[in-house]
Amino acid sequence: MFKAMIAVACCVLAGTAAAQEQAIDIPIVFLSRTEEPKLPLSFVDPVVEDPGVWGARLAVEDNKTTGKFLGHEYELIEAIVPADGDVTATFQEQVQAGRRLFVSDLPREDLLKVAEHADAADTLIFNGRVGDDDLRTDTCHPQIFHTAPSRSMRTDALVQFLVWKRWSRLFLLSGTQDGDVAYADAIRRSAKKFGAEIVSEDTYAYSPVARRTDSGHIQIQQQMPLATQEGGEYDILIVADESGIFGEYLPFNTFSPRPVAGTHGLVATSWHRVQEQWGSTQFQRRFTEIAGRWMEERDYGAWLGIRAIGEAVTRVGSTDVGALRSYLRGEDFALGGFKGVGLSFRPWSQQMRQPVLLVNKRILVSASPQPGFLHERTPLDSLGYDMPETRCALQ
Amino acid sequence: MLNSPSPFGALLLLAGSLTAAPAGAMTVYVSNEKGSSISVIDGDSLKVTDTIEVGNRPRGIALSSDNRYLYICASDDDHIEILDTESLKIVGTLPSGPDPELLVISPDGKHLYVANEDDNLVTVVDLETRDAIAEIPVGVEPEGMGVSPDGKTVVNTSETTNMAHFIDVETFEITGNVLVDQRPRIAEFTADGEEVWVSAEIGGTVSVIDAATREVRHKIEFEVAGLQPEAIQPVGVRILKDRSKAFVALGPANRVAIVDGNTYEVIDYILVGQRVWQLSLTPDETQLYSTNGVSNDVTVIDVVNEKAVKSIPVGSFPWGVAIKP
Repeated sequence: MFKAMIAVACCVLAGTAAAQEQAIDIPIVFLSRTEEPKLPLSFVDPVVEDPGVWGARLAVEDNKTTGKFLGHEYELIEAIVPADGDVTATFQEQVQAGRRLFVSDLPREDLLKVAEHADAADTLIFNGRVGDDDLRTDTCHPQIFHTAPSRSMRTDALVQFLVWKRWSRLFLLSGTQDGDVAYADAIRRSAKKFGAEIVSEDTYAYSPVARRTDSGHIQIQQQMPLATQEGGEYDILIVADESGIFGEYLPFNTFSPRPVAGTHGLVATSWHRVQEQWGSTQFQRRFTEIAGRWMEERDYGAWLGIRAIGEAVTRVGSTDVGALRSYLRGEDFALGGFKGVGLSFRPWSQQMRQPVLLVNKRILVSASPQPGFLHERTPLDSLGYDMPETRCALQ
Repeated sequence: MLNSPSPFGALLLLAGSLTAAPAGAMTVYVSNEKGSSISVIDGDSLKVTDTIEVGNRPRGIALSSDNRYLYICASDDDHIEILDTESLKIVGTLPSGPDPELLVISPDGKHLYVANEDDNLVTVVDLETRDAIAEIPVGVEPEGMGVSPDGKTVVNTSETTNMAHFIDVETFEITGNVLVDQRPRIAEFTADGEEVWVSAEIGGTVSVIDAATREVRHKIEFEVAGLQPEAIQPVGVRILKDRSKAFVALGPANRVAIVDGNTYEVIDYILVGQRVWQLSLTPDETQLYSTNGVSNDVTVIDVVNEKAVKSIPVGSFPWGVAIKP
């Protein structure tokens, strides 16, 4: 009662005191599709239930707390497409209901369907999940903002660190699925960009097996040295296994006594539970309290999208899509994302600039950009495709 | 067992500030965030004389108005510890809510205001009864706490909401909210009570807020040749009583900026230790101490000559600093 009365008093007063308050309703749609949860190879890794949406829920709470001082009312609409459903129908329905602000946790195909839909013209869509580089270099959509880091931002973050360590001779071992091929390509590009050398390459075709196999480790102990014996003289093995089929088996099972990085071992990620730097203790705690699990990358991506909307609405004082878009793309926009620097968007691709964490799942090892990797605009632009390297020039 | 701050104590403090006690009598307390300890420095010899083990992750610290007790935010223990500055023993704890980070004490010594980052609240503790007497809902991740010289207004900053909240201490109600730049850390009143200076760590600025109109009068920006703008992250702020100079700790820029307190022009940058966060002035305002987290030391700055005169190794990750006359 005591608290409630104070809360009411503060809001009434806030309505008269600050500069730009007028009542605004800000509905934000979280778009996702029902999927089977992914089973990690390690039993220590949690099976993540409802990835993404919990980040959106936390961000809306954060926006609401800020909004109450300004008369801004945030609402989260969770629009989840059934496993066999049509994403465009769901999207259309939301646009017809007057919603313009979307945070997408959709896979690539669905995201593209939405972006290319005629109704998307007057919307803003924040992609918190898909990291494909071509969506930042070739097929850019003016209404899409990417809060998920691109694949090349990850590999650049990792290779910068390896070059800083002077572990610059790489043995690249790739899986054969699409994501693995794309990751290996990104590693090749990063190696060239920062002066690391891929001294040997090999591919490894491995079919998913049940993670519970009695005596399974005996076979793994024999298979992994065989798969890695062609590496020659190298400093570190880089594994490209985005589906998580075999990478987990590599550390300590390689033919040569070398560390492992890439999609397994030392991993470049936008977020992980091990990160407690830059004041993120409360953030991690707030999340775990409401979600009952750790914050994952897709949660963080959705959180950034909704917080970016909140920050833009707070400063612009309106929900006009054009005004928000131009503020988000501008130099004044900066978002605190618990990574030590303000996060902003690259105007040519609308990719969020952000430090990338390097973790070994037990501890935060480092965060890139690394010292000494400079850039004419900001060191953050040393990660991922730079303006002259892209064919996108969003206006 | 704990004495409430007596009117006599307050009188003594007043007398002390009028006669400007000799610098030699000073004692400096530094909280070591990672070391979970308080380093005690003799203000005369500039040597560490004691290291006291305290609760986990001590951050914000403040002295009682009679200077007898040091209040310590033991962040990972979710309470405030009370250190007797004579016996150097912990003599009690105060409620704070989870993860207390920064606190201020009212000029009359009766109340302690502490920010609770986890619950988006400012908690008011009665120092006589040691009870929490009010909780004020503020923005997300409240941190900085400043109290006006007349004791009537407390300003709290919320790091994720990016506002300075003005709180009336009679009614415990918010009377104004001022938007500032990203991640506001510290709110510091000028001695004349006219202005509140709020540092924004990620925004890289200090907003000077008119305490009467609640409008941002000026935004101080910083620029250090050869440093990326991202490295300039203002945290600690201290302002001389006559406003001739103000000091802003710039975090990973490893510098303390000297600013003209009247014109807001940046006069100079003083190189100190790594990741400089909090600042404290000696009672006679001739020296400024800075805590340098990453280099595990504090820097003593000569306020008149604007020079760093000494760096003193302390415990692991020094965070807060308070000075007893």
